[in-house]
Amino acid sequence: MEIDLSDAKKTIERYRDKKGALIPLLQEIQDTYGYVSKEAVELVSKELSIYPVKIYGVLTFYTQFYLTPRGRHTIRVCQGTACHVMGGKELLDYLSDKLGVSEGETTADGTFSLERVACLGCCGIAPVIVVDEDFHGRCTIKNLDVLLDSYKSEGAE
Amino acid sequence: MENRILICMGTSGIAAGAEKVEANFRNELARHKLTDKWEIVKTGDRGLFRDVLVDIITPELGRVIYEYVTPEDISELAEKHLQAGEPVKRLQAGDDYKQFFADQVRIVLSNCGEIDPDKISDYLDQGGYDALKKILQMTPQQVIEEIKSSGLRGRGGGGFPTGLKWEFCKKEASDEKYIICNADEGDPGAFMDRSILEGDPHSVIEGMIIAGFAIGANAGYIYCRAEYPLAIKRLEGAISQAGEKGFLGQGILGSEFSFEITIKQGAGAFVCGEETALIASIEGRRGMPKPRPPYPAQKGLWDKPTVINNVETFANVRHIITRGVKWYSSIGTEKSTGTKVFALAGKVKNTGLVEIPMGTTIRRLIYGPGGGMLNKKKAFKGIQIGGPSGGCLPEDLMDTPIDFESITKTGAIMGSGGFVVMDESTCMVDIARFFLAFTVAESCGKCVPCRVGLKRMLEVLEQITEGKGKQEHLEFLQKMGESIKDTALCGLGNTAPNPALTTLKYFSDEYEAHIEGKRCPAHVCVELVKFEVIEEKCVKCGACYKACPVDAVVWEKKQYAKIDKEKCIKCKACIAACNFDAIQ
Repeated sequence: MEIDLSDAKKTIERYRDKKGALIPLLQEIQDTYGYVSKEAVELVSKELSIYPVKIYGVLTFYTQFYLTPRGRHTIRVCQGTACHVMGGKELLDYLSDKLGVSEGETTADGTFSLERVACLGCCGIAPVIVVDEDFHGRCTIKNLDVLLDSYKSEGAE
Repeated sequence: MENRILICMGTSGIAAGAEKVEANFRNELARHKLTDKWEIVKTGDRGLFRDVLVDIITPELGRVIYEYVTPEDISELAEKHLQAGEPVKRLQAGDDYKQFFADQVRIVLSNCGEIDPDKISDYLDQGGYDALKKILQMTPQQVIEEIKSSGLRGRGGGGFPTGLKWEFCKKEASDEKYIICNADEGDPGAFMDRSILEGDPHSVIEGMIIAGFAIGANAGYIYCRAEYPLAIKRLEGAISQAGEKGFLGQGILGSEFSFEITIKQGAGAFVCGEETALIASIEGRRGMPKPRPPYPAQKGLWDKPTVINNVETFANVRHIITRGVKWYSSIGTEKSTGTKVFALAGKVKNTGLVEIPMGTTIRRLIYGPGGGMLNKKKAFKGIQIGGPSGGCLPEDLMDTPIDFESITKTGAIMGSGGFVVMDESTCMVDIARFFLAFTVAESCGKCVPCRVGLKRMLEVLEQITEGKGKQEHLEFLQKMGESIKDTALCGLGNTAPNPALTTLKYFSDEYEAHIEGKRCPAHVCVELVKFEVIEEKCVKCGACYKACPVDAVVWEKKQYAKIDKEKCIKCKACIAACNFDAIQ
């Protein structure tokens, strides 16, 4: 698949002469494309004279960079202390089992990406999962099924 | 305006539905033709988790506080309170709410949940930027003396004296210096910095400007965790408003002092909370720590002298300047002055952010603001303080005062302020495993003790929780933990063994039960739970039956429950639902 890199080029121009700009530049490219493709890395490397190994070094160090396309919905399961004590790990295990993906992966149909997050700071409504931008507090395995279905049908419309 | 509606709209408020509550209020005001008589103030979170908190303030009734407000309640509130001037009793905050705030001394959090963080005028009304005006009439050295004699110590975990740090940096000769605000709050269970940034961003900005003036820096960075989009948004707004008013930029308030602030968004790496790793990340590299010395105060960002302080530390500065050193140092203890904000969570009645004077005992925190245990039927077991760098403390240490020295003496550390209360349904071996799994995942891999040593400790803890533990494992954990503490490169590794070491010290009986008895007393470690109903304890209530997501519990009225092991997925929903400890 051909990727249109013209937006990435514009972004690179804006960061060209800025000190320490690699991370915000990659963040912005990811905001545009949803992930940082091999082609985008090559472009940044060529334009800014940075070795690809250095760019991949940064991309793989930080958990919020993705090298592959993401699902339509991202489910993040909070694994903070309060959520852990209230059953957050069981939620993650259940979702991973039900969706057939490990954390960090995307379902084959491209609907859901599953992630863990260290703490969202909503400990009072633990355990918490976040689908895209929507917070769902006091989750139980029982109400997860209903929740997943609502996002699935939303995607089908 | 005299008539005001305050809605707590930080991340937790929004998660609980505050935006819908606001929208419904606006609709109701329009419907009753009251829009021009009322002001809606969108505040940050006040600290107490009560879903959506709403205050309605009128000259006649004063301030009436409502808790657990849902979008469906708004029409009733509008009709009775806004229209007829009668408070809605069933929604009014109760005694728990009052108890939560009674023992607190709110300095850093004084504006959180009270003002609209998007309006600089609200901040100015509360004496905002008065401290900045005051220090512009002082010399930088005088400012440093003030901070030094206040006794303020870094709130990010280490507790290093702030004034001293500033002085070291001021003494360095350099054409450029930097201020960095560490807002990379990564500890699971800690969110005090986020709430300050969301609820009172100007207090942090003002602290940074004052620090810049003191050390002679003209540029500052706020390194904020990417998981905090709302905090970043509020900061951006606050920085631009401060610039418009002349508090930031060239020639601040007509003086010769200039200062700019840039926000740097993190990209998801816990180790970036460590100051040298954070600097590497701002410079656009992998966030890996460096050996110290040189300290950032000598050689920091772009190799220039740099002061790094945490959000809560900066938020204290303006209060010290305006209200005076004498006042500040009268709060807290001799060596730990002022207050500390804790994120109170876990099995306690009231959860949320609590600001208490240093030296308050652990017990007082739990039974004062915390309101005691959540479930009276389950006995208190201990607390976890300081997140992955901290430790677990048992009941007989509950009268320990919370200050830097006393907490360090127990083997835990103050840390950034995570405080989780645990009851008998929490397994301490599992907690140690949980934090080790976190630090192993977040270790940057640069030094061997942290990269390899922690991994070995985690493997052993996993074996113990799976029922494969051996006696010699205990000695291994102790020795390995101590050597990692002594040899790791940075604060992440130095403190990562604490959760394991403190649980070994104070909860050794639980380790013994897992190793010798092959059982988990809290029924948490899945491999050691049989998923059988103990008929002597079962009261035939069916709570487990209702909780099971896969219909593996067989139950009928007046019958003991039974678990079909073929169907069971070991999710423990039944154990959580049972109030009688009948599933083991």
